[in-house]
Amino acid sequence: MTGFIIRRLIQSGGVILTMTVVVFLGVYAIGNPVDILIPDDATAAERDLAIQSLGLDKPLLTQYTTFLSNLLRGDLGTSFVYNIPSIDLILLRLPATLELAFCALFIAIVIGLPLGLLCGLRPGSRLDKTVMGASIIGFSIPNFWQGLMLIMLFSVMLGWLPSTGRGELGTVFGIETSLATWDGLRHLLLPAINLSLYKLSLMIRLTRSGVREVMYLDYVRFARAKGLSEVRIVMVHIMKVVLVPIITVVGMEFGSLIAFATVTETIFAWPGMGKLIIDSIMRLDRPVIAGYLVVIVLLFVLINLLVDIAYSLLDPRIRLGGEPNDR
Amino acid sequence: MIDDIIQEQPWRRAWRHYRQSRFAVIALIVCSIIILAAVFAPWLAPQNPYDLNVIDFFDSKLPPGSSAPTGFIFWLGTDGQGRDMLSAMLYGLRISLFVGVLSGLIAILIGMALGLVAAYVGGWIDALIMRVVDFMLGFPTILVALMLLAILGQGVDKVIFALILVQWAYFARAVRSAALVERQKEYVEAAQSLGLSQPRIMFGHIMPNCLAPVIVLGTMQVASAISTEATLSFLGLGLPITEPSLGLLISNGYSNMLSGRYWISLYPGLLLLLTVFSINVVGDRLRDVLNPRLSR
Repeated sequence: MTGFIIRRLIQSGGVILTMTVVVFLGVYAIGNPVDILIPDDATAAERDLAIQSLGLDKPLLTQYTTFLSNLLRGDLGTSFVYNIPSIDLILLRLPATLELAFCALFIAIVIGLPLGLLCGLRPGSRLDKTVMGASIIGFSIPNFWQGLMLIMLFSVMLGWLPSTGRGELGTVFGIETSLATWDGLRHLLLPAINLSLYKLSLMIRLTRSGVREVMYLDYVRFARAKGLSEVRIVMVHIMKVVLVPIITVVGMEFGSLIAFATVTETIFAWPGMGKLIIDSIMRLDRPVIAGYLVVIVLLFVLINLLVDIAYSLLDPRIRLGGEPNDR
Repeated sequence: MIDDIIQEQPWRRAWRHYRQSRFAVIALIVCSIIILAAVFAPWLAPQNPYDLNVIDFFDSKLPPGSSAPTGFIFWLGTDGQGRDMLSAMLYGLRISLFVGVLSGLIAILIGMALGLVAAYVGGWIDALIMRVVDFMLGFPTILVALMLLAILGQGVDKVIFALILVQWAYFARAVRSAALVERQKEYVEAAQSLGLSQPRIMFGHIMPNCLAPVIVLGTMQVASAISTEATLSFLGLGLPITEPSLGLLISNGYSNMLSGRYWISLYPGLLLLLTVFSINVVGDRLRDVLNPRLSR
């Protein structure tokens, strides 16, 4: 187990290093770093000063090592718009995004698991057909348009829920969150639903196909033959096996939720880092773009690492050199 | 009877299986109509929405069913510039499909070539290609495309480039795993002992037998590419205003929606949904039909 974790850590390090090269090349080699790191309205004297302090007059390899050492100190330049270090700015917005993503994931699991289970146990039933049809719509509906329609329906026409912002924040264990106040919850509901619907469809399909695969296996038949109650067979024997792939998928999908949060946050004006990155791209606030890239890569590498470790704990075959099956 | 089954062409057998689902047949028909509508948009559209001589700014933001002083009826209303929504949607569909299908096809070609080479040549080339594939698949499509366009800037060519870059790895992985199975079969050994060249064995013999997963994946990927392009355009990072895809039309209607002018965002979105949905249903059915391992 330790060997496996060490091997995965080295791999993660490799991915991070590769990404720093990609980000570096994107910022320094393809674009003109003077354009990217210095505001367009800087005076000539400011430009020269910045070029010197950033070391842009040095050879490329030296620049890369400077970039790396700055990165290690968490210094990726200062936002042109907010005038604070870009990494600080992103980390300031990170909690709002995480809150949204966690809530969306929660909705997807709490509704998706039971529905998928019911459909899997009764394939071909009316419930199964309806839910499966709905899940294809859930896969197909463009996320941003779905958000607009939610706003149109629940905010504009019915006037039940607010459509923008995070609302009033409360503090729980020193963390500011929308979950702590009624107003915050009302603000959170629409964006969280919008972000969750795609994952909900995925969760239903995964659970359903998992249940269908396992349901006719010998060990389940044996449990039936032993005369165990149906509830126990489903909740203990079937779910235990079905949950293994689902846990890893949930991990992977959490990363994708953070990525898709950019869209949802933009539509609902949710002040997370996804809205920040879109705004920054529009305003050409390039240090923030570079900072976002680095933060998101670290986040993904961390998520993938945790997922792999969780998977190897649940399914010993992975540790022993096999590969997880392609989905 | 047995002779009939043996002699039946694979495509005909697939179609016989496919049409057993009425829902999927309807989806296929809808899909075909959408493609035809996109191809023939300039002839079908009631007006050319980008001909400034035809558009009258005084007709802007009219609700569905209203008519212009000239007697022209806007069945789906008009947008902020006074364009007929139905016409704008047909033109937008054309652009959306063009970007989605073209990027999908190029990604298939690249992914298939790399997947075949990885499976057939093996060794460090295989390891290298698959490392890159794993790396690409480690990040969500929308995020990679977003970042690419943030660096590259707007433009049809750039959007297509970004979409190819985020899609090829899926095909490479699928083709590699199919080709690994095919490589072990006797017909490949026979071709090798006949002394055929490696490219000929790879592309002439192994490739045709790896097409089933590519077709299924390709259908799904085109749907996802159309959706991704719309998202990027909505966010203002995709196609420029001169190439208004469905995503851009929806984006234009966004500001009007809050004041109750729902139609500018609603109808292009419905068309987008119908397009992606019908392609997905067809793809879903194709997976059942072309993959005997999964069909039950």
